[in-house]
Amino acid sequence: MSMDRRKFLKAAGLTTLVGLGGKGVFELLRPGTVEAEMNHEGHGKEAHGEKDAGSKIRWAMLIDVMALNKEKIEKIVHTCHHIHNVPNWGDPKNEIKWIWEDEYEHVFPDSYNEYNDILNGMPFLLMCNHCDNPPCVRVCPVQATFRRPDGIVAQDYHRCIGCRFCMAACPYGSRSFNWLDPRVHLEQEIAQGRKLNKRFPTRMRGVVEKCNFCVERLAEGKQPGCVEVAPDVMFFGNLADPNSNVRKILKERISLRRKLELGTKPSVFYLI
Amino acid sequence: MYDAGKVVIGLAIFACIFLFPFLYNHGSAAPQPKPSLDTPAIKALPQKKCVEDTKFMITTHMQFLNDWRDQALRDGNRWYVNKEGKKVWISLQNTCLKCHSNKKEFCDKCHNYAGVDPYCWDCHYDPNGSKL
Repeated sequence: MSMDRRKFLKAAGLTTLVGLGGKGVFELLRPGTVEAEMNHEGHGKEAHGEKDAGSKIRWAMLIDVMALNKEKIEKIVHTCHHIHNVPNWGDPKNEIKWIWEDEYEHVFPDSYNEYNDILNGMPFLLMCNHCDNPPCVRVCPVQATFRRPDGIVAQDYHRCIGCRFCMAACPYGSRSFNWLDPRVHLEQEIAQGRKLNKRFPTRMRGVVEKCNFCVERLAEGKQPGCVEVAPDVMFFGNLADPNSNVRKILKERISLRRKLELGTKPSVFYLI
Repeated sequence: MYDAGKVVIGLAIFACIFLFPFLYNHGSAAPQPKPSLDTPAIKALPQKKCVEDTKFMITTHMQFLNDWRDQALRDGNRWYVNKEGKKVWISLQNTCLKCHSNKKEFCDKCHNYAGVDPYCWDCHYDPNGSKL
């Protein structure tokens, strides 16, 4: 191939222009195509919860801390873990937890003070906060965890590859990883008299799991399991509806949400 | 040819070893499996019909169940409307296995024959069986 000086300079000039001008040149030659390509990728929008800004449902959970006691907590945790066939490993290394108990100073480390005798040492119930802006969803490389339009942060065990990015991202420690096959332990527990909820599957080794706001029960028109066994402690309702039960309670009671400064906007409220 | 005798003997031994499995199994093909529909729930049906027609279910159930999974889990839509306009609740454990309460004689029979190991059963299980 031969090229005279004039042609070479023309080609070099054009290449430099494209290189320096970037997007602008494309805009000049083929208007709109770059923008279309960039929007096409857009999984960012969904992950940030902007997609469902106009959704009519925004599920939220209210927990009346003042009405909680050890007995109720045990009942709630037991019910939830029974409904979802969560094995009770009994050691913190393999522990799987959907809902669990901790003390005020660990739940609200940012607002703890040693003179607050009302709240210090009080038992709190912890669960997935089903954030408006869930960091776990942002980091999941396979979109196994995703935010539904009704605000529930769901976990798709079919897709989960067990990378545990979501566990690192979650500021609330709401996620547990199945280091071992949960069925092995469940079978041992069944042999010792545990009843399985045959309407709900188990998980497999190598996936991350967490509270799902009883999405399978909501689909059937039921309330979440914890609300059903402790209707005086847990309240579940639609935050997007100004006349809903939860909005009415929130108007009357003082409520706390965990780690607000992170901007995750939790949908679990603690009533004081 | 050098060492013709040794080469021929070697080839013969190779042919014997290579052909042995074919000759040994000749004529003893495993019979085509017949998944059993003999369950109380199916017997009680006035018309023995699955969610869609049998031929469709046999050929397409894998894709069909994947679609069900995505619809229920990703889209949150738990109702499936079949070709006749009938509504069906989408659930492997609570709909499929309610009628097909014999996973061993139904699902496993063909899957074992075809040598496939669908990962459904890593988490889902037969609610009628005693084992997970």
